[in-house]
Amino acid sequence: MNTNKNFKPLTFKKGVKDGLPIGLGYFPVSLAFGVTASALSVPVFISIIMSMTNLTSAGQLAGLKIIAIGGSFLQIIFTQLVINSRYFLMSVSLSQKVENVSTIKRMLMSAGITDEIFGVAVSKKEPLTPKYFFGLILCPYIGWVLGTVVGACLGNVLPLVVVNSLGIALYSMFIAIFSNPAIKNKKLGFVVLISTALSCLIYFVPTLNKLLTGVASIVAALIASIIAALLFPVKMEGENG
Amino acid sequence: MVKMLLMVLVMAVVTFILRMIPLTFLRKKIRSRFLYSLFYYLPYAVLSAMTFPYIFFSTGSLVSGVVGTIVAITVAILSRSLALTAVASCVTVLVVNLLALI
Repeated sequence: MNTNKNFKPLTFKKGVKDGLPIGLGYFPVSLAFGVTASALSVPVFISIIMSMTNLTSAGQLAGLKIIAIGGSFLQIIFTQLVINSRYFLMSVSLSQKVENVSTIKRMLMSAGITDEIFGVAVSKKEPLTPKYFFGLILCPYIGWVLGTVVGACLGNVLPLVVVNSLGIALYSMFIAIFSNPAIKNKKLGFVVLISTALSCLIYFVPTLNKLLTGVASIVAALIASIIAALLFPVKMEGENG
Repeated sequence: MVKMLLMVLVMAVVTFILRMIPLTFLRKKIRSRFLYSLFYYLPYAVLSAMTFPYIFFSTGSLVSGVVGTIVAITVAILSRSLALTAVASCVTVLVVNLLALI
């Protein structure tokens, strides 16, 4: 049963409206991805198919580098499992906000989970409807694929200094996602600060860095979240006080 | 070429499985307050750990990386816009990188 009767159900139209800024934000980032792909001499159609089937930022970039150096399948599977394990966590989070939705629709919805889409969806007070979620995915998907097409085609034309400058796009987009929640909510601010500090610590301490190659970010995030969950447990839905 | 295509598809399948399993099969509410809190905090923690310190080394020069980061944080807080934040930081980095060439 829908426990939030005082809310109107989220519509497809509302989803498209919420997704439009994400789609605009994805364009420069996937443009940077497409440019990088061409710079690594990965064929244009490979990077486009990758964007159409993967819809991940950091995962695609890591996969691209492995493909470019002719790495192994095992290497690519492991990298994706580690980098994209955060989607598993986000999917767990979102599963708590979905009510009375069929298996097929749940599977289709899950294909659209990205950092930014999660960020918007998780902040909704209402239960997530499939219609809203599909609307939310629409513009980001178009923006992501279109940016890749343009970037991959421009890749060989752009000078190195421009290509380098696009490298920051992905990270500044991450900052745009977590900075405002971190400022508004002190508990989230705490976890962001601790996670950042741990990540830097692992990066700059050589022994830790060697020990945790490839999983540094996940380990830092896990420790930070465990500390936050122990110190500041959050109120569960439907709980009074 | 075929290997590249297969690798892309393997990436897609692995990524889809990670996204699909919890949302499709986890139908119950998480009862443990600790686990609930953990999953509330994790996504934000992962994003910040993936950003720092790597953002500083993402532009080919540490100076432009640091300046770009400061601009990204400022624009993100003031505008709350993904697109504006991405474009503003890229343009800033480009300007700093071009100035370094002179």
